[in-house]
Amino acid sequence: MKNKKVKVESLTTKKGNKRRQFLKMSGLALAGSGLLLSCSDDDDFTEPNPDPDPELFDLGGGDLGVLNYAYALEQLEADFYTKVLNGSYWSGAAMEEKQILEDLYNHEVNHREFFKAALNTNFDAEVVLPESLEFDFSSVDFSNRDSVLSTAQLLEDTGVKAYNGAGKLIETAAYLVIAGKIVSVEARHAAAIRSIRGNNMNNFKLFAGDDIVDPITGLDGAENPSVIIDAAGGFIVTPFTANQLP
Amino acid sequence: MNLIKFLDEFTSENLAKKGASRRDAFSTFSSLGKKAAIAAVPFGMAAASNKAKAATMFQSDDAVNALQLALTLEYLEASFYLQALDSNVLDQDGTGKANAIYEQISMHESAHVTLLQDTLMDLGETPTAEPTFDFTAGGSFDPFNTNNPDAYAQLLALAQAFEDTGVRAYKGQAGALMGNDNLLTAALQIHSVEARHASEIRRLRGLQGWITLNQRGPNMPPVTQDVYDGEENLNQGGVDVSTLGGESPFTAEASSQAYDEILTGDEAVAIASLFIE
Repeated sequence: MKNKKVKVESLTTKKGNKRRQFLKMSGLALAGSGLLLSCSDDDDFTEPNPDPDPELFDLGGGDLGVLNYAYALEQLEADFYTKVLNGSYWSGAAMEEKQILEDLYNHEVNHREFFKAALNTNFDAEVVLPESLEFDFSSVDFSNRDSVLSTAQLLEDTGVKAYNGAGKLIETAAYLVIAGKIVSVEARHAAAIRSIRGNNMNNFKLFAGDDIVDPITGLDGAENPSVIIDAAGGFIVTPFTANQLP
Repeated sequence: MNLIKFLDEFTSENLAKKGASRRDAFSTFSSLGKKAAIAAVPFGMAAASNKAKAATMFQSDDAVNALQLALTLEYLEASFYLQALDSNVLDQDGTGKANAIYEQISMHESAHVTLLQDTLMDLGETPTAEPTFDFTAGGSFDPFNTNNPDAYAQLLALAQAFEDTGVRAYKGQAGALMGNDNLLTAALQIHSVEARHASEIRRLRGLQGWITLNQRGPNMPPVTQDVYDGEENLNQGGVDVSTLGGESPFTAEASSQAYDEILTGDEAVAIASLFIE
């Protein structure tokens, strides 16, 4: 409900200067929540029960929901690559693969910390996703090259679909641009992991294979948060809901 | 509309003048109604069926111009890869790898051309005509000539420049497509494919798949530096992402790699213009 008010505010400015917007946005968000605190009682009756299970953290709706969602995905990826770099496959891997995975670790940790900072700058602490979600990678053998690389491919391809599908849910141009800046790096990652796997199979087209890019339209995947969260559910231990996202 | 005319009209000043009448028409609709009308347009159902082509009467000039710019860049890429494959220059790698990569990319770029043309027609717009390209860039390159000992290197360098440009150019147009979920999503779906291509071409050239600071990379012609200027940016939405921690993920190098930057429409047009007769 808080974010609803922010939504209305930000619609009037979303076509404006992209870079400056972010700074202003924190002010808008605060103004929005202040307004709502004073009238929250009336509005609660009209809300379609956004939080049916108050015991669980809900990602929220609008920009807040999308940012929390992205933060969850980046936590997942960062945690995975942290475990990769602590695993025996990585420490003994060939130079090229070692470098790629270390770069991916660096980028995903940077993304994770960016979302943490952006969320905490612009939203109240209680609506920001907790910073240490717990993940379960027991299905991955971190001493095994194929297990690590196939999981990396899955996570990167999933990240691309997630950001591609979430773009339309973003209400503020500045956030859309930043999501765009990140998703293309996720796609570069996905292609690099696919490329080193493809080389082993003599499949030089795997970087953008027909299994992931539609050969007729030339389009990558795009999925709604509910689909992505379902798909990633096996790795996510800390429960949360996304009741206000499609 | 021919390309030169299109390029000419792309500057924001001209855009504002040209758009006045249509924007006036818009103003008689509520913002909600306008959004609904735009959202009703299907993006690129063309490949699947013709029946969904319910052209909308209203479409923002910003969105149309974004699509025309995208189409121009896709024409450039599609033409480049077709000529590259025809040239036999790629056979020089002796493994078939370069050919396979270019075949896959060529398939996607040609599909993007069709998709964007169909989408513009769905919107009641005339797709900009394909320009005549000059991939020698006025004599600087000779990439399709098997007698040119540098042809293979030039083919790869040009592909890198085009793909890295494509990624930045689509990103720069995302804001113009806000409010039209179908157009925006499809543009994002093309954008990430360009990024996959860019990563692979860069790796084929022996580089990392991602861009460090504003480095165009070894053996890239200086004329391509415009593709990389600005990529060194560390400020994401008011946050200097290199200050968010002290470890390896927060070096200037890693912090710049982790985010691709936009090109404005004017910047993308200026780069493409190097290769248009």
